[in-house]
Amino acid sequence: MIGGLFIYNHKGEVLISRVYRDDIGRNAVDAFRVNVIHARQQVRSPVTNIARTSFFHVKRSNIWLAAVTKQNVNAAMVFEFLYKMCDVMTAYFGKISEENIKNNFVLIYELLDEILDFGYPQNSETGALKTFITQQGIKSQHQTKEEQSQITSQVTGQIGWRREGIKYRRNELFLDVLESVNLLMSPQGQVLSAHVSGRVVMKSYLSGMPECKFGMNDKIVIDKQGKGGATDDSGKSELGGSGKQSIAIDDCTFHQCVRLSKFDSERSISFIPPDGEYELMRYRTTKDIILPFRVIPLVREVGRTKLEVKVVIKSNFKPSLLAQKIEVRIPTPLNTSGVQVICMKGKAKYKASENAIVWKIKRMAGMKESQISAEIELLPTNDKKKWARPPISMNFEVPFAPSGLKVRYLKVFEPKLNYSDHDVIKWVRYIGRSGIYETRC
Amino acid sequence: MPAVSKGDGMRGLAVFISDIRNCKSKEAEIKRINKELANIRSKFKGDKALDGYSKKKYVCKLLFIFLLGHDIDFGHMEAVNLLSSNKYTEKQIGYLFISVLVNSNSDLIRLINNAIKNDLSSRNPTFMNLALHCIANVGSREMAEAFAADIPRILVAGDTMDSVKQSAALCLLRLNRTSPDLVPMGEWTSRVVHLLNDQHLGVVTAATSLITTLAQKNPEEFKTSVSLAVARLSRIVTSASTDLQDYTYYFVPAPWLSVKLLRLLQCYPPPEDAAIRGRLSECLETILNKAQEPPKSKKVQHSNAKNAVLFEAISLIIHHDSEPTLLVRACNQLGQFLQHRETNLRYLALESMCTLASSEFSHEAVKTHIETVINALKTERDVSVRQRAVDLLYAMCDRSNVQQIVAEMLNYLETADYSIREEIVLKVAILAEKYAVDYTWYVDTILNLIRIAGDYVSEEVWYRVIQIVINRDDVQGYAAKTVFEALQAPACHENLVKVGGYILGEFGNLIAGDPRSSPLVQFNLLHSKFHLCSVPSRALLLSTYIKFINLFPEVKGTIQEVLRSDSQLRNADVELQQRAVEYLRLSCIASTDILATVLEEMPPFPERESSILAKLKRKKGPGMVPDIEEGRKDKNVNGGMEPISTNATTKSTPSPSTDLLSLGSSPALSSAPPSSSAGGLLVDVFTENHAPAAPGVPMGPVADDNFSRFVCKNNGVLFENQLVQIGLKSEFRQNLGRMYIFFGNKTSTQFLNFSSSVICQDSLKTQLSIHIKPADPTVDGGAQLQQILNIECVSDFVEAPVLSIQFRYGGTLQNIAVKLPITLNKFFQPTEMTSQDFFQRWKQLSSPQQEVQKIFKAKHSMDTEVTKAKIIGFGVALLDRVDPNPSNFVGAGVIHTKTTQVGCLLRLEPNTQAQVGGPERVLACALACARCRAVPSPNASLSPSLFTDVPSHTTDKQGHCIAAAL
Repeated sequence: MIGGLFIYNHKGEVLISRVYRDDIGRNAVDAFRVNVIHARQQVRSPVTNIARTSFFHVKRSNIWLAAVTKQNVNAAMVFEFLYKMCDVMTAYFGKISEENIKNNFVLIYELLDEILDFGYPQNSETGALKTFITQQGIKSQHQTKEEQSQITSQVTGQIGWRREGIKYRRNELFLDVLESVNLLMSPQGQVLSAHVSGRVVMKSYLSGMPECKFGMNDKIVIDKQGKGGATDDSGKSELGGSGKQSIAIDDCTFHQCVRLSKFDSERSISFIPPDGEYELMRYRTTKDIILPFRVIPLVREVGRTKLEVKVVIKSNFKPSLLAQKIEVRIPTPLNTSGVQVICMKGKAKYKASENAIVWKIKRMAGMKESQISAEIELLPTNDKKKWARPPISMNFEVPFAPSGLKVRYLKVFEPKLNYSDHDVIKWVRYIGRSGIYETRC
Repeated sequence: MPAVSKGDGMRGLAVFISDIRNCKSKEAEIKRINKELANIRSKFKGDKALDGYSKKKYVCKLLFIFLLGHDIDFGHMEAVNLLSSNKYTEKQIGYLFISVLVNSNSDLIRLINNAIKNDLSSRNPTFMNLALHCIANVGSREMAEAFAADIPRILVAGDTMDSVKQSAALCLLRLNRTSPDLVPMGEWTSRVVHLLNDQHLGVVTAATSLITTLAQKNPEEFKTSVSLAVARLSRIVTSASTDLQDYTYYFVPAPWLSVKLLRLLQCYPPPEDAAIRGRLSECLETILNKAQEPPKSKKVQHSNAKNAVLFEAISLIIHHDSEPTLLVRACNQLGQFLQHRETNLRYLALESMCTLASSEFSHEAVKTHIETVINALKTERDVSVRQRAVDLLYAMCDRSNVQQIVAEMLNYLETADYSIREEIVLKVAILAEKYAVDYTWYVDTILNLIRIAGDYVSEEVWYRVIQIVINRDDVQGYAAKTVFEALQAPACHENLVKVGGYILGEFGNLIAGDPRSSPLVQFNLLHSKFHLCSVPSRALLLSTYIKFINLFPEVKGTIQEVLRSDSQLRNADVELQQRAVEYLRLSCIASTDILATVLEEMPPFPERESSILAKLKRKKGPGMVPDIEEGRKDKNVNGGMEPISTNATTKSTPSPSTDLLSLGSSPALSSAPPSSSAGGLLVDVFTENHAPAAPGVPMGPVADDNFSRFVCKNNGVLFENQLVQIGLKSEFRQNLGRMYIFFGNKTSTQFLNFSSSVICQDSLKTQLSIHIKPADPTVDGGAQLQQILNIECVSDFVEAPVLSIQFRYGGTLQNIAVKLPITLNKFFQPTEMTSQDFFQRWKQLSSPQQEVQKIFKAKHSMDTEVTKAKIIGFGVALLDRVDPNPSNFVGAGVIHTKTTQVGCLLRLEPNTQAQVGGPERVLACALACARCRAVPSPNASLSPSLFTDVPSHTTDKQGHCIAAAL
């Protein structure tokens, strides 16, 4: 179990130090600083063992969060907790920065007392926390006894993530499918590895205790239906319009509100949603990924002092859709002494501090292509090492899901209050972003 | 780097550095550096030539970036260009960059050397200094190669400026340290000595350092420096503190120079010229006098400088060891320091006193401080000082104060640090033995020692007690009594049980008259400890029991009962089981006469160097142990107990080569016949003969003590010392052989210039051809180097070739010569033949030069299997059932050489009957004779003589011996 939690600024000064167990001494704080933050070689591993003590750290901008333990804990659990902790802090005071942490340190200690008990993680649901850990102290005076007991029963009850008696004039539901597509491609255009990791994020403003059911084009479900009744032909053809009928999900995790037993038996996703924003599920696919862009690099070395680079990018989706925030990063050798760039579209610039040419395009429609060419002058060095040619990487945002995931339905039932599924206003949005999207050159 | 001031500063550099300092995170810093590097690259690439200032600025930035830990792979050329600038600052930055960044970069080294050469011959003192500093800072072999000849010239040239001379001296010193072989000695050496007379004290200081180093290597060449050094020293010492303006440090005139001069003088014996000698003692006296004066300043720097000179002077006095008055004065001075507030001073005082104690003149003076030292041992808070106090007590001990010192050490032992306990135990054991007035006290002390610090008492210590008790009739009764009493304590240490078991087994009869220690009581007492002991101690106790049967027939029944019990007869441990079975049979079958003979009291042990002392030396490194008996020819030492090797070091010299020498045993020891006693349990198996290495001389003593071991086997460890282990693996077929030699580096540092060669003496060259494949010149710490030797036997030979290796370890050259076990018998091919065949040939070979016979005494008990294995290992075929007498061994083989093939027949006739029941030994020594016939004459003398060398590895356990005797 977690023995303690420390937050450091970029210099390694301790901002927050909360120790939960006696086996963690005062010197643990310094040990992490000396061995990780101030380490001569950059520490890449998120888990560091120093003197039989394990440190799990995550970094948010310039802030280090480190969980410490002397026991053999579940590392995945600790990281999940650290990420949750970050989410909670962001939900309370926005961006995690040194200044924000210093301004809210009383609140952070209060939160740490609540979400970790003797090192065991407790309820870290932001919605629930916000009911009893408030930023305005005055508000608690106005709370009636009834409300207080309600909080207790909610937090300790079966549905800890939603309180009773929520009322909205307009029942509304927002559903975002956020995906990041990762790729490594050989110079010849062969896919070496590719996967999509996606999230379904929801924002729900629903009255009462509604029961929701979420459906998507999961291959297992579709196949089962196909076998179960041949009557669903119309549905199939409808889906067929988008090119592909179903997707194979490699693995997925759900928010705690989803009834796992139902998913296991029927593979249907049903749940009572929390109020506000939350992440319903996370998933990963590796098959039949739509790669939104193709990068074709061409690097030619002219003698020892010159390098010619030409890069073509092709967009590979419906012409009606528009990709945004496109950025191509072409690494340059370490002995570059000058760069000339010509591009037809967007802006390109040599960034010496990053050793790369950065080419930015605001918008680009599907089925188009664009190219950049650059001449790189090199300084002859006496170093015999050859340039390693790091891959060309790319960033973008597209308005569809590269995995092919489609939301088939989201049904809402509220038996007690008198609104039906049709009265709920539902919004669905797909956003595909680049993860690590690289092409070797 | 010059300070960033208005006139000379580089604004760009200052801005860049402040940018980096202001970076919030590592990433930001890397970005800034990348940007700057790109900028510098574009500037260096640019077509228009840069002026000196910007070149200097960018090179400076590169240097700064490098020091931040980034790789710099360009800009070297620009830095080299800066070297040829005429501006001081530009040249300086260029040199700075070169000395930090250039490492034998082959393209540029020529250019750099050229630039340095230009500067050296430029006559501009600042430029010359820069060049000299660069050479010294880089200090690589390449630099030494290029400039070793020039620098001495600059050093002794008449028109060189003082500051340049100073740099040149130090530069030469540096080159001499890194690659001494490249710095030639020449006519300049005598002129360097005269630098000691230089006006400029800085030059003198630098030159003294150089001369000291050189004089340590070639004392003869620099002998003249002594008188000059004394003159210079006396001038400094007698000068008023204001005379040497710049060189007076907190009222002490030229402390560094004084210390260096005193060090230089320590390279030489006391000067022979009376005048110089008088002047030197005058100086030393003045220094001692000054120490008595009240301090001129309260500052710590003043006292530090003063004490540094004083301690160095005392070291010189100790080194000379000829002026009793000075020695006594030094001792008194140190005595004052013993109670000083400063821990460092106390430590130094104790350390110096340790060496003083070994001088015959000051030994008595040192002894007067015994109370203070004992007090230091009790009250001192710093453990390292306590350790020194122990060392000093050890060094000042003699017969008059031994009881007090040993008592104090025993007292201290109870609270001593765990890390030094073992050492103290050894020291107590040695002192108690060496200066024991009466041995009852000695026995008491050692038993006390075991009681207090049993865990730290090594085997050697209790072996030694037993040796002494056995060799001295007068203490045996007392020892038995005390041991018996000590054993009555409810909890005794295992070592005590061992000593008790052994002594009671030998001399229990001496106290059996007393009803309180009747035989049965003794036995019961020992047996009550039996089950708490480890296996080796139990084995020893079993031997004690069988001895009891001999000593006290009345307890025979009880003991047989014990031996017969299942826990003995069926013990899981083979050794215990065997002993129990054999002893039980022995006690049942043998008559009292035989029992009495077999279980005779142990004979006295042969005298040899105390194994404890050897262990202490091993533990501390010989230089550390002040050798009591030698430094001061003390008549008080218990004469005859320990003939001490003659070449153990008297002076503590820091070079590892002398360490090596004294670590190995003395020639007397290694040439002494191998241990001849066969019966004693306490045969000194633990004092292994260390092979004497030969430092300095290429063909010094040749180690061959493992040689005989290889006569009958092909693989094993040939040689081992502190630094290196040499292992062998060899295979032979007909007249060809291949030998793999493994050189293992036992240290953690690299051996440099490693080379090995095989030397064949005179006639051997023609008889044996050996090809050695060259090996790597470096052996990493802890690594092993393999070398292959191809051997061809051309004709028969007698001598063995010598393997000589050389390497450099920590700056000193090490030479080791080992006899390679290539003997003629390696080229044996076994031949099978029938009995008839064998004897027919045997008879044919009857002329005197074809036959040799040798009768020799076996050194160890004869075990049939072992002997068989040895004969096979010898190379001949062992012929079974050939000889009519079944106990004889018969072998046949053919020696292959390139020129001829020689058939050899061998017969070994062991005679086990001879000398049974010899007076003392439990074992009947076996007599054996070997017969060897060979066709051509020269070989005939060879094989038997080899055979006598065959060592037996049988352990001399009493059990085996008795079995053999029966």
